[in-house]
Amino acid sequence: MSSDQLTRRGLLQGSAVLAAAAPTLSAAAPTPKTSGANAMMPVELTVNGREVHLQLDPRTSLLDALREHLHLTGTKKGCDHGQCGACTVIVEGRRINSCLTLAVMHDGEKVTTIEGLGTSDHLHAMQKAFIVHDGYQCGYCTPGQICSAVSVLEEIEAGIPSHVTADLDDVAISDAELRERMSGNICRCAAYPNIIAAMRDVAGEAKA
Amino acid sequence: MRPFTYERATDVAAAARAAGSVQGARFIAGGTNLLDLMKLQIETPTHLIDVNHLGLDRIERTDDGGLRIGALVRNTDLAADKAVRRDYAVLSRALLAGASGQLRNKATTGGNLLQRTRCPYFYDTRMPCNKRKAGSGCGAMQGMSRSLAILGVSDACIAQHPSDMAVAMRLLDAQVDTMSADGVARAIPIADFHLLPGDTPHKETALKAGEIITSVTLPKPIGGTHVYRKVRDRASYAFALVSVAAVFDKDGSARFAFGGIGAKPWRTPTADAAAKQGAKAVAEAALSGARTTHHNDFKKLLVERTLTSLYRQREARA
Ligand SMILES: Cc1cc2nc3c(=O)[nH]c(=O)nc-3n(C[C@H](O)[C@H](O)[C@H](O)COP(=O)(O)OP(=O)(O)OC[C@H]3O[C@@H](n4cnc5c(N)ncnc54)[C@H](O)[C@@H]3O)c2cc1C
Ligand code: SF4
Ligand code: FES
Ligand code: FES
Repeated sequence: MSSDQLTRRGLLQGSAVLAAAAPTLSAAAPTPKTSGANAMMPVELTVNGREVHLQLDPRTSLLDALREHLHLTGTKKGCDHGQCGACTVIVEGRRINSCLTLAVMHDGEKVTTIEGLGTSDHLHAMQKAFIVHDGYQCGYCTPGQICSAVSVLEEIEAGIPSHVTADLDDVAISDAELRERMSGNICRCAAYPNIIAAMRDVAGEAKA
Repeated sequence: MRPFTYERATDVAAAARAAGSVQGARFIAGGTNLLDLMKLQIETPTHLIDVNHLGLDRIERTDDGGLRIGALVRNTDLAADKAVRRDYAVLSRALLAGASGQLRNKATTGGNLLQRTRCPYFYDTRMPCNKRKAGSGCGAMQGMSRSLAILGVSDACIAQHPSDMAVAMRLLDAQVDTMSADGVARAIPIADFHLLPGDTPHKETALKAGEIITSVTLPKPIGGTHVYRKVRDRASYAFALVSVAAVFDKDGSARFAFGGIGAKPWRTPTADAAAKQGAKAVAEAALSGARTTHHNDFKKLLVERTLTSLYRQREARA
């Protein structure tokens, strides 16, 4: 790669730019789930309730598998390095950064993206609340914010403490808790207060 | 990212054997550090061994009342574990102070211990870095070193160890359990696990080629009041400039470990011995031998102030 590799554009194009030089490799892999150098690997996922079968270069991140191969472009690529949260999806019930994991590592698993949470006709409660409370401006970070927000309420419900939880055994919703737990989702438009309002709204609804 | 082959390991011994015999092989756990570095071609493995399906994701009591934490236990699960919350709260606190919810859901106990430095020159492949490329020089020494270490540093490297979790593990005298490529198990005290840079900053841990971490074991609970205080540039989702892990006893004795300031998670017996004399004395003892740059000299005062704040918090509670 040339010296522009640390620019954002360089990073975004990274995987497309790379030439595929095959490493020589002694065959020592004992298990069946093995790829040859450069070989495509079969990956089976259940995405938003639908089973999909892909043949992927093992380098493919889960994010690129969703966007480039399954054309589920709701999930966004911001930094591609775990620093912004735009790529947040829910895998096996937990939110993760889809840019920092390989699709092959999730063979056989269930993935929920923003497209799976709700549709235009049947919005998820969190999607509705984001609209009502103006939880976005440009909307780029929003799919990640919503996937994260849905998971955050579940994590609180499950009693998982956070950095601002005073008593590790007593986890409850507060603005401070929501802000801390949402810190992995950056919003360049700074819609933060409205996102918290949307989350409180949904949390209230769920309790009632 | 350079091309690589991938296998999903199903057996610990076989994974270690494969890692020891395939040139350029690496384990991948959460992938949150390794893939980041592979995208930048700072790490260039030719074969990845996925250790997520080895059954190393359990937390169990040991026979002598301690806790054995599987290497694949996620940071979220470890922080939320009932026994950890009750008996090793400083570990919960340290974990929760690190990274983001998404990252903690993926990051593992073993991977966290082995995460690499956040030195900006280590990350910038256009710059010299002895850690990234042995003998190439150190870009940080005369550069932007604000975030870097002041203890345990050498002429070759002043990188900080970035982990929060490892600081709590160091405080609790954890041991790292491993299996080597030839199937031999051993336990490494956490104090000996991370290496100081010396002349060989590219050698970071006591692990041998192919050796896999199977678990981290904590000795039986030590009681006391557990605290972890992290100071950083923003209130969340940022690495430590300075962090202090401490356990205070009722009689005023205490133990301390420090993050953000050491080439490895930092602990010194003289700091513990100074506990009853207060924050200033502890800071002085901990910082003995500190070597600062113009940019990171502030960390000395920050250590003292962080300790002062911990002591005050403790007084307010008592
Ligand atoms: C944006 C961002 C912010 C972050 N902020 C913080 C922070 O504030 N505090 C903090 O402490 N951390 C922080 N982190 C780092 C994070 O904690 C680490 O990336 C994570 O803990 C690594 O764990 P992993 O399982 O994903 O490791 P991986 O990336 O899978 O592996 C890391 C290394 O460990 C090796 N390895 C993994 N498992 C084993 C095993 N069982 N045996 C032998 N070798 C193994 C791998 O080969 C690799 O070399 C941050 C990361 C990001 C991306
Ligand atoms: S401080 Fe260490 S990691 Fe940073 S540039 Fe120097 S040698 Fe590399
Ligand atoms: S794109 Fe994944 S965290 Fe930024
Ligand atoms: S709405 Fe624009 S980045 Fe968040």
